[in-house]
Amino acid sequence: MEKIPILKMGKFLLVTIQVDLYDRLALTLEEDLIEMVFKTGSKGVLIDISALSIVDSFMGKIIGNIAGMSSIMDAETVVVGMQPAVAITLIELGLPLSGVHTALNIEKGMALLQSRMKADLDDDENDGDD
Amino acid sequence: MMATIRESLIVQQERDLVVCRNRVKEVAVKIGMGIVNQTKLITATSEIARNMLIYGGGGVMRLEVITRGKQEGIQLVFEDKGPGIADIQKAMQDGFTTGRTLGMGLPGAKRLVNEFTIQSTFGKGTTVKLLKWKNG
Ligand SMILES: Nc1ncnc2c1ncn2[C@@H]1O[C@H](COP(=O)(O)OP(=O)(O)OP(=O)(O)O)[C@@H](O)[C@H]1O
Ligand SMILES: [Mg+2]
Repeated sequence: MEKIPILKMGKFLLVTIQVDLYDRLALTLEEDLIEMVFKTGSKGVLIDISALSIVDSFMGKIIGNIAGMSSIMDAETVVVGMQPAVAITLIELGLPLSGVHTALNIEKGMALLQSRMKADLDDDENDGDD
Repeated sequence: MMATIRESLIVQQERDLVVCRNRVKEVAVKIGMGIVNQTKLITATSEIARNMLIYGGGGVMRLEVITRGKQEGIQLVFEDKGPGIADIQKAMQDGFTTGRTLGMGLPGAKRLVNEFTIQSTFGKGTTVKLLKWKNG
């Protein structure tokens, strides 16, 4: 069966979606990613959608599910590379994409995850002091 | 003058959704529709074609390039012979679903196009018509 590859990069997982997804492939990706977050204890998931020409309600729901499940396992999700036309369309479609961070590209997405991890660590240290 | 485009695509399985989206994109590019309008129309196509597949048991998408005065655009008619929609007004509301999804398909698609009509006869089927102008 076809699959979208998931790369492990340090504490993060990276998925680059290179084809327009049909629904079953997107569902498989959701399952695989959630399992990978669980197995690897990754702290962040980067989903590169720069090659996607649309995000419809189905894909939006999948991204939301990934973010929701990941956050239960203490990982954050960043969607990177969303094309401007896709972003405009998503807003008009009325999809909230709640709980999902966005960044311009993989590099910026990575930096965002790193800064959020650091913020978490600082918080933990503060907790320890109290 | 460009040859008129008028064709039908069958939607019976998931992969057909991809075929519909790709064909709409091709035609949109061909008539010179801007990227934002293209994206809106393809997204609306995806929503309505998926509804037709999931709730209507499949159907047909008719695609036509139309002109009205100086305007040129793409008209898409989605027709199924499924169970129909009991209450269209309700189905058109943001967040209404009989599935377990977001209920954004119909109202969202309506916002993405220039003209949207839906006709449904309970027990007989549903027809949704979308129209998007090239520069609309
Ligand atoms: N072709 C159809 N035949 C029968 N019922 C339909 C059809 N299209 C839509 N419906 C009904 O209208 C409801 C609303 O459709 P809409 O696309 O807005 O939301 P959804 O498909 O439930 O969720 P989403 O599109 O956000 O994933 C559906 O839940 C379904 O009950
Ligand atoms: Mg729908």
